[in-house]
Amino acid sequence: MDMILLSAIVHAILVASTPLVFAGLGALIQERAGVLNLGIEGLMIVGALAGFVVALSGQPLIVSVLAAAMAGALLASLFGFLVLRCLANPIASGLALTLFGLGLSALAGAQYVGQSAPQVAVWHIPLLSNIPFVGKAFFSHDPLVYGSILAATVVWWFLMRSRPGLVLRAVGENHDSAHALGFSVRGIRFLAILAGGGLAGIGGAYLTLIQTPLFVEGMTAGRGWIALALVVFASWRPFRVIAGAYLFGCVTIVQLHSQAFGVSIPSQILSMLPYLATILVLVFISWRSKGKGSVGPSSLGKTFKISH
Amino acid sequence: MHKFIMQWRTRFIVSLVVIFSFGIVAKYGNIERIWEGIETPIVSTDAAVKAGFIYVGPVADGGWTYEHDQGRLAVEKAYGDKVTTVFVENVAEGPDAERVIGQMANDGADIIFTTSFGFMNPTIKSAKQFPNVKFEHATGYKKADNVATYSSRFYEGRHVLGLIAGKMTKTNTIGYIASFPIPEVVRGINAAYLAAKSVNPNVKFKVIWVSSWFDPGKEADAATALIDQGADILMQHTDSSAPMQIAEKKGMYAFGQASNMAAAGPTAQLTAIIDNWSPYYLERVGALIKGSWASSDTWGGFDTGMVELAPYGKAVPADVRQLADNAKKAIIEGRLHPFTGPINKQDGTSWLKAGETADDGTLLGMGFYVEGIEGSLPSAN
Repeated sequence: MDMILLSAIVHAILVASTPLVFAGLGALIQERAGVLNLGIEGLMIVGALAGFVVALSGQPLIVSVLAAAMAGALLASLFGFLVLRCLANPIASGLALTLFGLGLSALAGAQYVGQSAPQVAVWHIPLLSNIPFVGKAFFSHDPLVYGSILAATVVWWFLMRSRPGLVLRAVGENHDSAHALGFSVRGIRFLAILAGGGLAGIGGAYLTLIQTPLFVEGMTAGRGWIALALVVFASWRPFRVIAGAYLFGCVTIVQLHSQAFGVSIPSQILSMLPYLATILVLVFISWRSKGKGSVGPSSLGKTFKISH
Repeated sequence: MHKFIMQWRTRFIVSLVVIFSFGIVAKYGNIERIWEGIETPIVSTDAAVKAGFIYVGPVADGGWTYEHDQGRLAVEKAYGDKVTTVFVENVAEGPDAERVIGQMANDGADIIFTTSFGFMNPTIKSAKQFPNVKFEHATGYKKADNVATYSSRFYEGRHVLGLIAGKMTKTNTIGYIASFPIPEVVRGINAAYLAAKSVNPNVKFKVIWVSSWFDPGKEADAATALIDQGADILMQHTDSSAPMQIAEKKGMYAFGQASNMAAAGPTAQLTAIIDNWSPYYLERVGALIKGSWASSDTWGGFDTGMVELAPYGKAVPADVRQLADNAKKAIIEGRLHPFTGPINKQDGTSWLKAGETADDGTLLGMGFYVEGIEGSLPSAN
C-alpha cells in the first residue's frame, strides 16, 4: 500500500471519529457528575440542524458551531429540568429526549433538505503540513478536528486538575456527601448537563457542516448511542474517549477500504466489528476491575432527593 | 409515609405526562398529515376513490420516498375531486407496518400502495383481512387477488450509466456504493459493469457495501474511501446525496440515485436515474375509478416512462451523450437488452450463450456477480 493512500486513510479516520469525540466528551462530563443522559442522539441531531441552518445563512464556522452548542444546551436544559427539578426517571427522560430531538429536527429541518452548507476551509498547519505522510494525515484538517482535541484537553484539565472539576466528580461519586458539604448538587449537575448538551450539539454539527454538508432527518444514525458506549469504553477518562473514538473510526474506515481492495469478508461482519470491539473492551474492563468495585461514578443515574 | 406516597405519585404522573407529550410531539408530523388527509375530503362526495400510500422513509429524503410522493401528487392533480389521497411516512418495515396499513383501510382507503420491499408480508396479511381493498406492493414478489406488484427496470438505467462511466473515467476505476446484496442491487452492479466494460476493456469496479439504505455519514466515508483508492466516478445504490456532495467537493463525478441530485453536485452529476412512479400510479388509480382494476405484475422500464434519466451534466461530451441516447433508444425499441450473452458468471461458468438474453426470472433472483467484477458478493442472509 502506498504512503499517499495510507495518509488519506488516516485523514479519513480522524474525520469519521471527530463527531464521536465531541459527543463522547459531552456524555462523559454529565456522567462524571452522576447524570446518565440517554438523550445524546437527540441532542446531536438538534445541534446538527441548528449548525446547518446558521451556516446556510452565510455565517462563519465559529458562529454555526456556537449555535449548535446553544441548541444542544437548550434542549439539554429541558432534560435537566425534568430530571433535577421534577425528579423524573432519567432513563425514560433520556429516551424521550432522543425521540423528541429526532422528531423536532425532522419537522423543523424538512425545509432545509437538499441544500448544501458552504465548504469549510482546511487549516494547513504551517511547516508541519508539509511533512510527507504526516502532514496530510494529521495537519491538514478542518478547524473542528483540532478543536476536538483541544476540547478533550480542556475537559481533562477541568475534571482532573481544577477545583470545580473535583467538586463535579464528588457530586458524581456521592451526591449525599457533596450535599452535606454544602455543594449545590442540582446546580452542579445542571451545569454539567448544559455543557454536555453543548458538546453533543457540536458533535452533531460536525456531521452537517463538514463530514456531509447536508441535512436529512435521522442523519446521526445511532452515533449518539456509540458515544454513550464510548464513555464506558473509556472508563470515564477524557483522553481514552479520544482513543476509543479513533479506534472506532479506524475500524469503520478500514472496513470500507478493505472492501474496495476486494478483501472477501462479508460486509455484515465488517460492519459489526466496531460494535464487537466495544463489547470486547467492556468485557475486558469489567474483568480487570473484578473485586475493585464499579469503575464508573458511584452515584451515576441515581436520583438525588434533598432530605429535609 | 403519606407525604412520601404523594410525592412518589406526583412524580410518576409528571414523568408519564412528560413522556407521552414527548412521544406525541415526536410523532406530530405523521399525525398531522393523516388528519389533513382525512379532513380534506369534506368537499368531495363518497364516490371519490381514496388512495393511501405507505412510505418507508421521510417524504423529504430527496430520493426514493420523495419520488413516490411525487407520484401521489400527480394522482391528486390528474383526478381532481374524483380522488383523495393520504400517506404515512417513516413506517418501519415489520409488524408496525401492518398496524398502519390496517388503520388506513379502516379509515376508508380503497387502494393502498405500500412502497418498500419490507412491506411485503404485512401487505399480504392486510389484504386477507380487507378483501374489498386493493393493494399495490412495490418491488415484491407475492401477489393475491387484491394485491398487485410493481417495480421498475432500473438496470436499464444502470446500463446507460455504465456506458457513460466507462467512456469518461480517466483512472479506469469506478467506485460503487452499494446497500444490501439483494437481487435489485446486484443486478444494478452487473448491468453497469457490463456496459462500462463494453466501451472500456480496462475498466475496474470497486464495490463497497455499507449495509444501510440511508446513512449519509457512512455513505460519505465510503465515497471518500473509493476516491482515495483511485476511483474518479462514483455510482451509488443508497438513498442519500452524501456521495454526490463528496464527489463535488473532491472534483470527481457521480451519478444521482432515484432522484435528480444536481442540487448536491451541480458540477459532479453526470446524470441520474429518476424513479418516475407517476405513470403507474395514474394508470392504477384510473383503473380503480373506472372499475377495471385487476391484480397484475408490472415491471416497467424506459419504455413506460417509469425509469428516466436526469439531464446530462456539463462535463458529458457530445459523443458520450450520443452513445447514451442511442442506447436508451435501442432499449425502448427492444433492440438492446442490457444482459445479452455471451456472459460468464464471476467463477467463469457460462451464464448466457452468445446472443441469448436473460429471462426476467433469473434477473429477479440474481445473486451472483458477472465475470470481471473483483471481490466476492456478500451473502444476502
